[in-house]
Amino acid sequence: MATLLQQIVNGLIFGGLIAMVALGYTMVYGIIQLINFAHGEIFMTGAFGGLAVYTWLLPAEAQKIWYVALPAMMVGGAIVSLVVALLMERLAYRPLRNAPRLAPLITALGVSVFLQELTRIVYPGANSAVPFPNVFSAAPVHIGSITIPSSGLLMLVVSVVLSVVLQTYVNRSRMGRAMRATAQDPDTSRLMGINPDRVIVLTFGIGAVLAGIGGVLYGTYINNVDPYIGFQNGLFAFAAAVLGGIGSIRGAVIGAFVIGLIKNIADIYLPGGTAYDYVWIFILLIAVLVFRPQGLFGEVERVRA
Amino acid sequence: MSETTAAPQAPVSTQTRPLLEVRGLSVAYGAIEAIRDITFSVQAGQIVSLIGSNGAGKTTTLRTISGLLRPKAGEILFEGRPIHTQPAHAILGMGVAHCPEGRRLFPRMTVEENLLLGAYTRSDDGVAEDMERVYELFPVLGERRQNKAGLFSGGEQQMLAIGRAMMSRPRLLMLDEPSMGLSPIMTQRIFDTIRNLRDLGTTVLLVEQNALAALAQSDYGYVVDLGRTTLEGSGHELLADQRVRDAYLGES
Ligand SMILES: Nc1ncnc2c1ncn2[C@@H]1O[C@H](COP(=O)(O)OP(=O)(O)O)[C@@H](O)[C@H]1O
Ligand SMILES: [Mg+2]
Repeated sequence: MATLLQQIVNGLIFGGLIAMVALGYTMVYGIIQLINFAHGEIFMTGAFGGLAVYTWLLPAEAQKIWYVALPAMMVGGAIVSLVVALLMERLAYRPLRNAPRLAPLITALGVSVFLQELTRIVYPGANSAVPFPNVFSAAPVHIGSITIPSSGLLMLVVSVVLSVVLQTYVNRSRMGRAMRATAQDPDTSRLMGINPDRVIVLTFGIGAVLAGIGGVLYGTYINNVDPYIGFQNGLFAFAAAVLGGIGSIRGAVIGAFVIGLIKNIADIYLPGGTAYDYVWIFILLIAVLVFRPQGLFGEVERVRA
Repeated sequence: MSETTAAPQAPVSTQTRPLLEVRGLSVAYGAIEAIRDITFSVQAGQIVSLIGSNGAGKTTTLRTISGLLRPKAGEILFEGRPIHTQPAHAILGMGVAHCPEGRRLFPRMTVEENLLLGAYTRSDDGVAEDMERVYELFPVLGERRQNKAGLFSGGEQQMLAIGRAMMSRPRLLMLDEPSMGLSPIMTQRIFDTIRNLRDLGTTVLLVEQNALAALAQSDYGYVVDLGRTTLEGSGHELLADQRVRDAYLGES
């Protein structure tokens, strides 16, 4: 029982992480119907960006003060992710805007591998895992026999807060309305005076900032990073976005928590342990898609003239 | 401009520069040429209609004017400036609003959100006031402003589509088949509204298959046939023209 509760806590923490990555997948898909397979690498470069800020920009005294170091690293990570995402959109995807759908998809896979290898070659020591400081080292929270690491709790709280802020922004603000309009009907949105390029750049930007912050919090929680963390966690995030109904913000967050819970429970209770958690997650995903192809919260694709 | 007070039957003045001029417009979908030689102009303050049978090229013409399609040849001048190289969002910003065929509302958004999207480019504080004006014009929308647009009847959706297009305060309002799918009573209401908008100073370019209703309301009209403008005249001249009567008014 204690183990189960502990795994549920771990699952919620991991779900919080996955949500921050899944939101970028789902939003970009909602606007331009592209599965951006390189989105995991936006998360990964954000983690390295935060680490670089810690290593080379923060003075030794500041490194020890978490409320200075962590915000600085999150801002640094978010900026690196933002730059990577905007360059990716401008150089790789925009020239293919009117190409057949397969072209940007294959390009995304190429960009993904490119960024992994670039990071491996360029970042000192990234040939293997690089230690990441636990800047948020407050004492863990104990409830009965359950231990909640403070950095994990922080990741969960930040993720939930950012998800709520994003949902509110998309539902209430003028640019949020433009994003929803572009997702529903791109041509008619242009007739409203909405510049699709601005909406697309904004969407990539928001997804990147969330992923970059997620990357830094992941490093703080796991305490090491390597160039392939984007691929591993991106796969979970992609599954979460599809499970929740790709294009849906609420769906991506809920899908992320479902996947976080299943992964952590499967790690202990299902055959194969941690080596097989992908298997269980994709079995669930396939099962859901068989009965509900649009995912849990997705819209059924309407037939349009 | 001296044309803004033109009575419905007034002849088109050739002295004033038209608000919109379309010259020798040709547009293709891939290898299929949809329009070949569309030439017409719209004087400020008038209702001008393009009539023609299904597939004649009316929708293609409007979509090219609003920048969704690019011409293969020809030019489009708005207030004397070429606009056919501008992106769609910039053309809306210049004062050309397009209420598309089939209404194309955002069905999962509320009435209010649809109207706010119509006012997307505006930053002045008259937006709330204009929204109230739409609600006054179409009380059924005002009563259900928080309802999703997709839940309304065809006629109500058409009102919302026109209201949404008005929210940008356009100088030229282009309407593509506003009477499509509507009952005769609702059609009459929509046409009354269009005339009302013209009287308040909005220039209207109207596309209709319903030639009788359209020409009766129009100051001037053009017949589009197989991608070409073939006949033109005042609304009353065209209504009286035997060729128009034979081809479009269901007389033999
Ligand atoms: N998306 C499209 N792709 C290919 N051909 C099209 C497309 N839209 C319209 N057409 C063709 O262009 C011609 C003009 O169509 P359209 O402008 O819709 O006419 P109208 O609005 O007068 O009914 C028709 O022959 C139609 O089949
Ligand atoms: Mg048409």
